[in-house]
Amino acid sequence: MTFYAQNALNGLAYGSLLFMIAAGFTLIFGLMRIVNIAQTAFFLIGAYIGLMLLHAGVPFWIAAALAGAAVMAAGLLIYRVFLHRYHADELTALLLTLGFALMLDDLALAAWGGDPQSVPPPPAFASSVQLGPLVFPAYWLTLIVLSALVAAGLRLLERRTMLGAVIRAGVDDEEMTRGLGINIDRAFYVVFALGAFLAGAGGVLGSPITGAYPGLDGDLLPLAFAVIIIGGIGSLEGAYVGSLIIGLVSTFGKALFPELSYFTIFVPVAAIMALRPQGLLGRKR
Amino acid sequence: MRWCRFGFRLALAVVLASTGFGSLVPGPLAGGGAAVAATAGALKIGLLAPTTGVAAAPGHDMLNGWKLWWSQHGDTVAGVRIDTMYYDTASNPNTALTQARRAVEQDGVQLLMGPYLANEGLAVAPYAEQHRVPLFLPTVSADDLTQRKASPYVIKVAGWSSSLTTHPAGPWAYAKGYRTALTLGDAYAFAYESIGGFVQTFTEKGGRVAKQLWAPLGTTDFSPYLSQVQAAHPDVAVVCVVGADAVHFLQQWSSFGLKGKVPLVVQETVTDQSSIRTLPPEQVLGIIAFSHYAEGRSDPSTQRFVGDYAAAYHALPSYMAASFYTAADWIHTALQRMHGNVADQAAFLAAVRAVQLPDSPFGPQRLDRYGAPVENVYVREVQRVPARYAAYAKTWNVVLQTYPQVSQFWTYAPGDYLRQPVYSNTFQGIKR
Repeated sequence: MTFYAQNALNGLAYGSLLFMIAAGFTLIFGLMRIVNIAQTAFFLIGAYIGLMLLHAGVPFWIAAALAGAAVMAAGLLIYRVFLHRYHADELTALLLTLGFALMLDDLALAAWGGDPQSVPPPPAFASSVQLGPLVFPAYWLTLIVLSALVAAGLRLLERRTMLGAVIRAGVDDEEMTRGLGINIDRAFYVVFALGAFLAGAGGVLGSPITGAYPGLDGDLLPLAFAVIIIGGIGSLEGAYVGSLIIGLVSTFGKALFPELSYFTIFVPVAAIMALRPQGLLGRKR
Repeated sequence: MRWCRFGFRLALAVVLASTGFGSLVPGPLAGGGAAVAATAGALKIGLLAPTTGVAAAPGHDMLNGWKLWWSQHGDTVAGVRIDTMYYDTASNPNTALTQARRAVEQDGVQLLMGPYLANEGLAVAPYAEQHRVPLFLPTVSADDLTQRKASPYVIKVAGWSSSLTTHPAGPWAYAKGYRTALTLGDAYAFAYESIGGFVQTFTEKGGRVAKQLWAPLGTTDFSPYLSQVQAAHPDVAVVCVVGADAVHFLQQWSSFGLKGKVPLVVQETVTDQSSIRTLPPEQVLGIIAFSHYAEGRSDPSTQRFVGDYAAAYHALPSYMAASFYTAADWIHTALQRMHGNVADQAAFLAAVRAVQLPDSPFGPQRLDRYGAPVENVYVREVQRVPARYAAYAKTWNVVLQTYPQVSQFWTYAPGDYLRQPVYSNTFQGIKR
């Protein structure tokens, strides 16, 4: 019993971490049809910038916000100069973002070296919580709550604001939205910036768990793909549900069938692709 | 329909991304020597080190150790100029092999050194043997390269074998009163061999292995494995993970409240200086490792090197740095014995095999007839650094106990030992 409870908590925490990446990923793809491979590289750069700020004595939460902002600025630059031309041209955009992912990877290596870095959680959350027989790092619980709040906030933004309405309209039918005289390009910028910010800030928030090391982005990318395929491409709720599913499946998979740990992650992906190709919460296209 | 197309692109993206990360093929780091023909009075050494990819950090440490020796002793020995050319293996066995080819066939190197990862070493070794180019392995520890697949051209100069350090851990743990053990290792050759060494000697004494867990290389989240440790309540947990995995493991071991509750014994890579230098002391202090190297060994031969290295690079040396420093010493010594005659390859290799270093940073080292070192194994503990190194590190590894001059065959007769298969995920040497 303890074993299952412990792993369920672990899985939720890991899923919460994945959501920080998958949210931006799914928003950007849903609206602009750009598969942003660089999303996990944004996460890595965010983690390194956060680490630098932490070493300089900046408090953890402020470091997360600043790193998010810095990555957002970089993301906007990449979008403004290169990507914005290719939002309907999926393959070109994909190769472009892959190129940026590799460049960011190497830049990170040049700037911060190859030593795996560990990031301390904020001091107030550094302890472990004892829940009956379970011992659980307080920071992981915090991350579960935080990620749920971010998901709720994004959902509000999508459902209740003018910007959200434009995004939803754009996802449904871009041409019609333009035809109505709505400046959808502005929404593109906002969504790309938001996606980059979430990844960058997520890098700092997730780094007490993942650490920061060259290759982290490559390790997380397949998981992010799995999340959005399960959840449904373009669906925020789907990304949240998908993240938790992948978090739980990968955790239980590793605990119960350690030698099949990659297999267990992609079994649900294959099942979803066969039975419900649009994903759990995605819409048929 | 649209979705299918997207699915295809996504698959393409995954393939591109997974091959793209870590397998780019960069050229030599500092070629320069390509124009230099193999002149008499020069020894051209091709140093294969991962300076990009997952093992970039150890790769740089290897180069630092190598360069430190030659900067201290000059790069000309007995009239022979040491001409080192550097090749990046990108932490990838295929790239390592390509670079080895390039070094030998295009740049004409006479001797290959490195690489770092066991799978890189296993990729390069057959090539070296085929082309009769000596391959020295200061960091690649794959057991079989000096056991069942031993070759006259492949020598673990200043090196080690994976299970060399863990064979003594079995009887040690049993003597401590531990009767059940849980093992956790990265799912690849190095950890299979390291853990296998412990399991064999521990179960021979009568210990029982409750559970063996293998985590994929590159695991960031160890919590599922740690929950199994909590559930199994072993007397001791024995762990072998490397690189970034080691950092994550140590962090989570402490934040899940296992540190201090479940006794932990690790292979030396877990608490190597390259891992613990980024971690806060409370997460690593007191952890016991079995190792062939300890930067906190009080012997002057180790401390002289550690001091010099710290002054040069503002960090304490990992075992990778010490290995390449010592390998340089080894080649230096052999060349002096040969009076600089490198034309006769067989004689040069014989001289290399005959070298004995009584006071290397590792302690006394010599080679057995299979090309593996016979050297000390240390039981070491992570402690705070003394004040003189406080600017370079927070913690280091101090020797508690020494097993002098351990062979890769431990106490077994080589013939008997070689009849059992090499340790793997299916053969862990469990004695019933």
